[in-house]
Amino acid sequence: MKELDPLVFLAVFQEMLGPLLWLMILVIVVGTAAFVALLLKERTINSKRLVRAEFAGLAGGVLALVLMAKVSSSGFTDAGGPADWFLIALVFGLGLAGTAILVYTVLGWRQPAKS
Amino acid sequence: MDHQTLAKIVDDAGRQGLNRRSFLRLGAAGAGSLLLTPASARAATKTRSSARIVIAGAGAAGLAAASHLAARLEGASITLVDARKEHFYQPGFTLVAAGIKPMSYVVSATRDYLPAGVELIEEAVAEFDPEGNKLVTASGKPVPYDYLIVATGLKLDYAAIAGMEVEQIGNNGLGSIYHSPAKAEATWRAMSNFADTGGVGVFLRPGTEMKCAGAPLKYTFITDDYLRRRGNRGKAELVYNANNKALFSVPIVHEKVRMLFEDRGVKVNYERILESVDIGRKLAVFKTPIGPVELQYDFINVIPPMRAPDPVRNSPLRWQEGGWANDGWIEVDKHNLRHKRFANVFALGDVAGVPKGKTAASVKWQVPVAVDHLLASIEGRESSAHYGGYTSCPLITRLGQAMLVEFDYKDNLVPSFPGVIAPLEELWISWVMKTMALKPTYISMLRGRA
Repeated sequence: MKELDPLVFLAVFQEMLGPLLWLMILVIVVGTAAFVALLLKERTINSKRLVRAEFAGLAGGVLALVLMAKVSSSGFTDAGGPADWFLIALVFGLGLAGTAILVYTVLGWRQPAKS
Repeated sequence: MDHQTLAKIVDDAGRQGLNRRSFLRLGAAGAGSLLLTPASARAATKTRSSARIVIAGAGAAGLAAASHLAARLEGASITLVDARKEHFYQPGFTLVAAGIKPMSYVVSATRDYLPAGVELIEEAVAEFDPEGNKLVTASGKPVPYDYLIVATGLKLDYAAIAGMEVEQIGNNGLGSIYHSPAKAEATWRAMSNFADTGGVGVFLRPGTEMKCAGAPLKYTFITDDYLRRRGNRGKAELVYNANNKALFSVPIVHEKVRMLFEDRGVKVNYERILESVDIGRKLAVFKTPIGPVELQYDFINVIPPMRAPDPVRNSPLRWQEGGWANDGWIEVDKHNLRHKRFANVFALGDVAGVPKGKTAASVKWQVPVAVDHLLASIEGRESSAHYGGYTSCPLITRLGQAMLVEFDYKDNLVPSFPGVIAPLEELWISWVMKTMALKPTYISMLRGRA
């Protein structure tokens, strides 16, 4: 852990997640591409859809924290310092943003906004 | 940054491991080239050789060394010698004994990590003959070598504690997490019973060098936490017996642990070494400067003296004088792990006679250095690779929190994430690393990828 080689990170994540890593990368890449494509197609942000996606995002953030606590055998009273709050915020934030973008994209492609 | 500079950085990285400064420089080189260049640059450094390299011991150090050598040599014969078919992820033993992980978490097979082209002789080493450049296996088969890496690990000398019976671990309040995965799990059952009933919990460390010197402390903290969670801390007394005048060899860490023990109400005795146990009467006898002292216990975590395995101890490889001679640790230069008297011999991991660091983290940083020195000998060049004694200990202080203590030969703290993860602070993020990231990092190390 003394050094931060990106290839080491890749190797470690591969050991940690196995094939799930590639699935996650696939979802991130495809999801982001579909999101960008949707934005380009609509040339606007649909605020009603965005609010719904953000609500789903809140649930996604909580789910990410629950998942994290489960895989690390942790409880909910374990945060001990600023680095922990940062990690909690990061996990929640990633869960929120990821879910919101995915939900916004899926809703957008399934029910195109009426213009 | 031009391509030549990048190639040089990558080349340095392959040789010495990537340090933080060159990582930052690499960062500046741009993410695109990052992912492509290093692999090809490493592949290009393969050396042709017909050298016979024998590695005694296929544990963490042996397997990691084999992977590194196989990746950088072509035509050489690389042979691992080890009788045990299972591979143990030893840093996980504490988690098994803490009831956090099942036994299967720490057991896999040596062959799962065997690099392509590396031969495995499934036999124990019976004798080392460094003058004759060969070793002899248990069946009497001689294995000659041009270069030898000794990575046999160490011997848990339970027999040195009078009255100790390893079959009894798990019964009658007798615990010992080091013995094996099964006994780590048995220790969890004994400790869990103790956490339900309370009483006197006795903890200790041996008077010899030992692997992961943080483990005895961790287990004391974990037991304290279970007692609290089950509402029985008031019914229990916890006693930690240090072998010398310190709780940890790094003074600043000793002070921190002393404060934490005070906070948790753990009583500390110094200069006590376990001499004997009476399993039936639950009585431990310690050697102290004022003579033998008896301690009645309801739960005890026995940690036996640790020494080099007998074939090493009985060989000319060991230190000839000084504090490490008697226990048989191998006489190597602490900065490059090369034997001081036999230049074609290296020692890695627990069996190496170097200060501190009988841990997987030490192995991770020792292996690339020793391998580079070995390759330098084959290639006829000088190696500048240097091991400064880095090791790390995620010191669990309660379930869900740990201190990520990293230090070197000089007792300096060398935090990986300065300003983010404070080394002496009890943090959840350090626990997350221990439970989530450490095993994947370890497995990557065995495969030579980390």
